[in-house]
Amino acid sequence: MARIAGVDLPREKRVEVALTYIYGVGRPTAQQVLDDTAINPDTRVRDLTDPEVARLRQAIERQVKVEGALRTEVAMNIKRLMDIGSYRGARHRRGLPVRGQRTHTNARTKKGPRRPIAGKKKAVKK
Amino acid sequence: MSRSLKKGPYVDEKLFRKVSRAKESGSRTPIRTWARRCTIVPEFVGHTFEVHNGKVFHKVFVTEDMVGHKLGEFSPTRTFRGHGSGRRE
Repeated sequence: MARIAGVDLPREKRVEVALTYIYGVGRPTAQQVLDDTAINPDTRVRDLTDPEVARLRQAIERQVKVEGALRTEVAMNIKRLMDIGSYRGARHRRGLPVRGQRTHTNARTKKGPRRPIAGKKKAVKK
Repeated sequence: MSRSLKKGPYVDEKLFRKVSRAKESGSRTPIRTWARRCTIVPEFVGHTFEVHNGKVFHKVFVTEDMVGHKLGEFSPTRTFRGHGSGRRE
Protein backbone atom coordinates (compact mmCIF):
# COMPACT_ATOMS: atom_id res chain seq x y z
CA MET A 1 0.00 0.00 0.00
CA ALA A 2 1.47 3.32 -1.06
CA ARG A 3 0.89 5.91 1.62
CA ILE A 4 2.41 9.33 1.03
CA ALA A 5 1.93 12.41 3.21
CA GLY A 6 -0.84 10.66 5.10
CA VAL A 7 -2.91 9.86 2.01
CA ASP A 8 -3.54 6.44 0.50
CA LEU A 9 -2.95 6.50 -3.22
CA PRO A 10 -5.49 4.74 -5.44
CA ARG A 11 -3.84 1.48 -6.50
CA GLU A 12 -5.19 1.16 -10.01
CA LYS A 13 -4.20 4.57 -11.34
CA ARG A 14 -1.05 5.81 -13.02
CA VAL A 15 1.28 7.43 -10.46
CA GLU A 16 1.16 10.71 -12.33
CA VAL A 17 -2.56 10.92 -11.60
CA ALA A 18 -2.51 9.14 -8.26
CA LEU A 19 -0.16 11.75 -6.79
CA THR A 20 -2.74 14.46 -7.44
CA TYR A 21 -4.93 12.83 -4.77
CA ILE A 22 -2.62 14.55 -2.30
CA TYR A 23 -3.83 18.04 -1.34
CA GLY A 24 -1.28 20.46 -2.77
CA VAL A 25 -0.13 18.26 -5.63
CA GLY A 26 -1.56 18.85 -9.08
CA ARG A 27 -0.54 17.52 -12.44
CA PRO A 28 2.49 19.82 -12.93
CA THR A 29 3.88 19.08 -9.45
CA ALA A 30 3.29 15.36 -9.92
CA GLN A 31 5.16 15.40 -13.22
CA GLN A 32 7.99 17.42 -11.68
CA VAL A 33 8.39 15.02 -8.77
CA LEU A 34 8.35 11.96 -11.03
CA ASP A 35 10.94 13.60 -13.22
CA ASP A 36 13.21 14.29 -10.25
CA THR A 37 12.91 10.76 -8.91
CA ALA A 38 13.28 9.18 -12.36
CA ILE A 39 10.10 7.14 -12.06
CA ASN A 40 8.05 6.36 -15.14
CA PRO A 41 4.78 8.33 -14.83
CA ASP A 42 2.91 5.52 -16.58
CA THR A 43 3.51 2.94 -13.84
CA ARG A 44 0.43 1.89 -11.90
CA VAL A 45 0.63 2.57 -8.18
CA ARG A 46 0.33 -1.14 -7.36
CA ASP A 47 3.39 -1.84 -9.54
CA LEU A 48 5.63 0.60 -7.67
CA THR A 49 8.51 -0.99 -5.82
CA ASP A 50 9.11 -0.15 -2.18
CA PRO A 51 12.30 1.85 -2.82
CA GLU A 52 10.40 3.85 -5.45
CA VAL A 53 7.66 4.66 -2.96
CA ALA A 54 10.28 5.69 -0.43
CA ARG A 55 11.92 7.94 -3.00
CA LEU A 56 8.60 9.58 -3.88
CA ARG A 57 7.78 10.13 -0.23
CA GLN A 58 11.14 11.77 0.39
CA ALA A 59 10.93 13.98 -2.69
CA ILE A 60 7.47 15.22 -1.77
CA GLU A 61 8.37 15.85 1.84
CA ARG A 62 11.41 17.83 0.79
CA GLN A 63 10.04 20.08 -1.93
CA VAL A 64 6.27 20.37 -1.71
CA LYS A 65 4.09 21.87 0.99
CA VAL A 66 1.14 19.52 1.28
CA GLU A 67 -1.94 18.56 3.30
CA GLY A 68 -2.12 19.95 6.84
CA ALA A 69 0.75 22.39 6.53
CA LEU A 70 -0.68 23.84 3.33
CA ARG A 71 -4.20 24.06 4.73
CA THR A 72 -2.90 25.93 7.78
CA GLU A 73 -0.99 28.34 5.56
CA VAL A 74 -4.09 29.14 3.52
CA ALA A 75 -6.20 29.58 6.66
CA MET A 76 -3.54 31.87 8.13
CA ASN A 77 -3.50 34.03 5.02
CA ILE A 78 -7.26 34.46 5.19
CA LYS A 79 -7.12 35.15 8.92
CA ARG A 80 -4.50 37.84 8.31
CA LEU A 81 -6.81 39.58 5.83
CA MET A 82 -9.63 39.52 8.39
CA ASP A 83 -7.46 40.74 11.25
CA ILE A 84 -6.08 43.80 9.50
CA GLY A 85 -9.59 44.96 8.70
CA SER A 86 -9.19 45.02 4.94
CA TYR A 87 -11.97 44.88 2.41
CA ARG A 88 -10.96 41.40 1.31
CA GLY A 89 -11.09 40.22 4.92
CA ALA A 90 -14.59 41.61 5.29
CA ARG A 91 -15.71 39.71 2.20
CA HIS A 92 -14.30 36.48 3.59
CA ARG A 93 -16.13 37.09 6.86
CA ARG A 94 -19.45 37.55 5.10
CA GLY A 95 -18.95 34.60 2.79
CA LEU A 96 -19.15 36.68 -0.37
CA PRO A 97 -16.84 36.71 -3.38
CA VAL A 98 -13.58 38.49 -2.64
CA ARG A 99 -12.31 39.54 -6.04
CA GLY A 100 -14.97 41.95 -7.19
CA GLN A 101 -17.32 39.54 -8.94
CA ARG A 102 -20.98 40.44 -9.34
CA THR A 103 -23.33 39.30 -6.60
CA HIS A 104 -26.63 40.51 -8.06
CA THR A 105 -26.88 37.11 -9.69
CA ASN A 106 -24.59 34.09 -9.56
CA ALA A 107 -21.82 33.85 -6.92
CA ARG A 108 -23.55 30.63 -5.79
CA THR A 109 -20.28 28.82 -5.08
CA LYS A 110 -19.50 31.26 -2.29
CA LYS A 111 -23.03 32.01 -1.12
CA GLY A 112 -24.32 28.44 -1.09
CA PRO A 113 -27.85 27.33 -2.00
CA ARG A 114 -30.45 30.02 -2.63
CA ARG A 115 -32.41 31.20 0.39
CA PRO A 116 -36.05 32.10 -0.26
CA ILE A 117 -37.00 35.69 0.42
CA ALA A 118 -40.22 36.12 2.44
CA GLY A 119 -43.13 37.66 0.56
CA LYS A 120 -41.55 37.44 -2.84
CA LYS A 121 -43.93 36.15 -5.53
CA LYS A 122 -42.75 33.31 -7.69
CA ALA A 123 -42.78 33.95 -11.42
CA VAL A 124 -45.76 32.27 -13.08
CA LYS A 125 -44.84 29.83 -15.80
CA LYS A 126 -46.74 30.12 -19.05
CA MET B 1 -3.69 41.38 -12.98
CA SER B 2 -0.96 42.59 -10.71
CA ARG B 3 1.25 45.54 -11.38
CA SER B 4 4.51 45.18 -13.27
CA LEU B 5 7.47 44.73 -10.91
CA LYS B 6 9.54 46.95 -13.13
CA LYS B 7 7.53 49.97 -12.05
CA GLY B 8 7.68 49.25 -8.35
CA PRO B 9 4.82 49.98 -5.98
CA TYR B 10 2.70 53.05 -6.56
CA VAL B 11 3.18 55.48 -3.70
CA ASP B 12 1.55 58.88 -3.65
CA GLU B 13 4.51 61.29 -3.57
CA LYS B 14 2.85 64.04 -1.60
CA LEU B 15 1.66 61.57 0.98
CA PHE B 16 5.10 60.01 1.23
CA ARG B 17 6.66 63.45 1.83
CA LYS B 18 4.08 64.15 4.50
CA VAL B 19 4.91 60.89 6.24
CA SER B 20 8.64 61.56 6.18
CA ARG B 21 8.08 65.01 7.63
CA ALA B 22 5.84 63.62 10.35
CA LYS B 23 8.50 61.04 11.14
CA GLU B 24 11.19 63.70 11.50
CA SER B 25 9.16 65.91 13.78
CA GLY B 26 7.76 62.87 15.57
CA SER B 27 4.23 64.17 15.24
CA ARG B 28 1.47 61.69 15.96
CA THR B 29 -1.46 63.52 14.43
CA PRO B 30 -3.34 61.50 11.81
CA ILE B 31 -2.60 62.39 8.20
CA ARG B 32 -5.68 63.22 6.17
CA THR B 33 -5.59 61.83 2.69
CA TRP B 34 -7.63 61.10 -0.39
CA ALA B 35 -4.93 58.89 -1.86
CA ARG B 36 -6.74 55.57 -1.54
CA ARG B 37 -4.78 54.11 -4.41
CA CYS B 38 -1.49 54.57 -2.58
CA THR B 39 0.34 51.38 -1.61
CA ILE B 40 1.28 51.06 2.05
CA VAL B 41 5.08 50.92 2.31
CA PRO B 42 7.11 49.96 5.42
CA GLU B 43 7.74 53.66 6.15
CA PHE B 44 4.02 54.09 6.92
CA VAL B 45 3.98 51.54 9.73
CA GLY B 46 3.00 52.98 13.08
CA HIS B 47 1.29 56.04 11.60
CA THR B 48 -2.37 56.84 11.63
CA PHE B 49 -4.06 57.96 8.45
CA GLU B 50 -7.48 59.33 7.79
CA VAL B 51 -8.52 57.80 4.52
CA HIS B 52 -11.38 59.35 2.59
CA ASN B 53 -14.11 57.02 1.35
CA GLY B 54 -15.95 59.61 -0.71
CA LYS B 55 -17.90 60.89 2.27
CA VAL B 56 -16.02 60.66 5.54
CA PHE B 57 -12.47 59.96 6.70
CA HIS B 58 -11.81 56.59 8.28
CA LYS B 59 -9.03 56.33 10.83
CA VAL B 60 -6.54 53.68 9.76
CA PHE B 61 -3.68 52.75 12.04
CA VAL B 62 -1.07 51.06 9.86
CA THR B 63 0.46 47.87 11.19
CA GLU B 64 3.19 45.73 9.70
CA ASP B 65 0.70 43.25 8.26
CA MET B 66 -0.84 45.94 6.08
CA VAL B 67 2.29 46.57 4.04
CA GLY B 68 1.65 45.90 0.37
CA HIS B 69 -2.06 46.64 0.55
CA LYS B 70 -3.61 49.91 -0.57
CA LEU B 71 -4.92 52.52 1.81
CA GLY B 72 -8.36 52.30 0.24
CA GLU B 73 -8.75 48.69 1.28
CA PHE B 74 -9.22 49.87 4.84
CA SER B 75 -11.82 52.53 4.21
CA PRO B 76 -15.04 50.89 2.98
CA THR B 77 -17.05 52.86 0.44
CA ARG B 78 -20.36 51.04 0.76
CA THR B 79 -22.82 50.59 3.58
CA PHE B 80 -25.00 47.50 3.60
CA ARG B 81 -27.90 47.70 6.00
CA GLY B 82 -29.42 44.34 5.14
CA HIS B 83 -32.30 43.36 2.92
CA GLY B 84 -36.04 43.59 3.50
CA SER B 85 -38.10 46.00 5.56
CA GLY B 86 -39.12 46.03 9.23
CA ARG B 87 -38.46 43.07 11.48
CA ARG B 88 -35.42 44.89 12.80
CA GLU B 89 -35.16 46.52 16.21
